[in-house]
Amino acid sequence: MANSSVKLHYEVADNDFTVAGEASGAVKKVLRQLGFPSDVIRRVAVSMYECEINMVIHANGGHIDVEITPDKIRMVHTDKGPGIKDIGQAMQKGFSTANEEVRQLGFGAGMGLPNMQRYTDEMKITTEIGKGTVVDMTVYVNKF
Amino acid sequence: MKLSQVKEILNAEVVVGEEYLDREVKSAFGSDLMSDVLAFVKDDALLLTGLVNAQVVRTAEMMDMKAIVFVRGKKPTEEIYDLAKEYSMVIMTTDYTLYPSCGKLYMAGLVPNEERVD
Repeated sequence: MANSSVKLHYEVADNDFTVAGEASGAVKKVLRQLGFPSDVIRRVAVSMYECEINMVIHANGGHIDVEITPDKIRMVHTDKGPGIKDIGQAMQKGFSTANEEVRQLGFGAGMGLPNMQRYTDEMKITTEIGKGTVVDMTVYVNKF
Repeated sequence: MKLSQVKEILNAEVVVGEEYLDREVKSAFGSDLMSDVLAFVKDDALLLTGLVNAQVVRTAEMMDMKAIVFVRGKKPTEEIYDLAKEYSMVIMTTDYTLYPSCGKLYMAGLVPNEERVD
């Protein structure tokens, strides 16, 4: 796939926990078929999965655009949720606004955004209260 | 450690993936918190958890974990069963609680790659 790119688009359903993870699972499969290194695949899969879970929990769903090129994988998550009031606070490990139902499912421990940052090389959050949030993440294949 | 040994040590019942019991796991992680699994698990680990829902299987798949042991006698749902089949994963259940389950495996030599978070 020299000089070429693969573009993928996924819709994330609102409040449907049972399908959260389908998009990241599908991307993982594509990356594996394209022969990317396993650590790159895992970093993409985990950060995208966390973001997908967030979209379901907090943001009434949304959509994800993934662009795969030989040197990097970019994932742009767009939702029409309530927006993030204080990004600094949201980035702190352990800070969460998730409800009890979400916690019972094993999430909502305030590790989502820190995990995404930890596994990606670039992460940019653009948010507007009442309008929504865009989480733009990139994982480089050969980062030295 | 082979999954067949895990089964024996935990006196576990294999619900899905009987055909994959020859697989090796190099370490294990015990948690009911999936975000921690996503944050800390390393290669070829076995997941031990008392949390029973489809996201446990999806989380394990994201981390390339090939087997899950549900502790405290928890029975997997049909959804878990179907997903595990799709991912060619091994699912077991044991009546031991999380702490003794981990302890028995640890004593038998299944030690974690890293014992502390960075």
